[in-house]
Amino acid sequence: MKKILIVCGNGLGSSFIVEMNVKKIINELNKEAEVAHTDLTSAKSETADIILSAKDIAEQLSGHSARVFGLSNLLDNNRIKEILSENL
Amino acid sequence: MLTTWLPDENIQVVDAVSDWKQAINLSAVPLIKAGAITEQYPQAILKSHQELGPYYVLAPGLAMPHARPEQGVIKNGLSLLHIKKGGSFGSNENDPIYVVIMLCALSGDEHIRMISSLAEVFSDETRLEDLLKSKTVKEIQHVMNCY
Repeated sequence: MKKILIVCGNGLGSSFIVEMNVKKIINELNKEAEVAHTDLTSAKSETADIILSAKDIAEQLSGHSARVFGLSNLLDNNRIKEILSENL
Repeated sequence: MLTTWLPDENIQVVDAVSDWKQAINLSAVPLIKAGAITEQYPQAILKSHQELGPYYVLAPGLAMPHARPEQGVIKNGLSLLHIKKGGSFGSNENDPIYVVIMLCALSGDEHIRMISSLAEVFSDETRLEDLLKSKTVKEIQHVMNCY
């Protein structure tokens, strides 16, 4: 199963909200994936297939082995759906 | 219900702010008064913003500044600042910001309930649009609680 990691500055607020939306979208797409959220520092040492985060954070994760997607609008569920349907 | 964490006295409506720093400090005032956070909390947010950029800007018009529980959180709470003229937070694609919801949370079940309720408001496009346009305490409470 693929793993999606949602990353924000401290892993408590924004990434949590996006995680809930991502889980909903995965269901809508009839797909399966492991979803977790974390902060920037922990994300650097965590493995994942897909990372979703705010743009500023994404720039700092450019060396990560996962495919990193920076979102300028974290609540843009249509964009998230697009990314997930193409990459899951 | 979000009112549990966001009573009327935690909602402020202003015409304008001089900059994002003032908006953060202003958002912290009701939470400090309510004994939900210490003065360290807004300081931690200002510092993270300087290091990471506007990491708490979620979407066009909407910001949710927050720091970690150990950075001055005493109990769970929310405050909401509506800036009528909008404020610049250094987030090109999302400025101007009209609504600043400061979140302070200890980890645990209550935190999860609070975030889930917020996610419900934010994930509904029409509701979010209405929130960004609401300029009185009554309108704001209506969108947040009884939509």
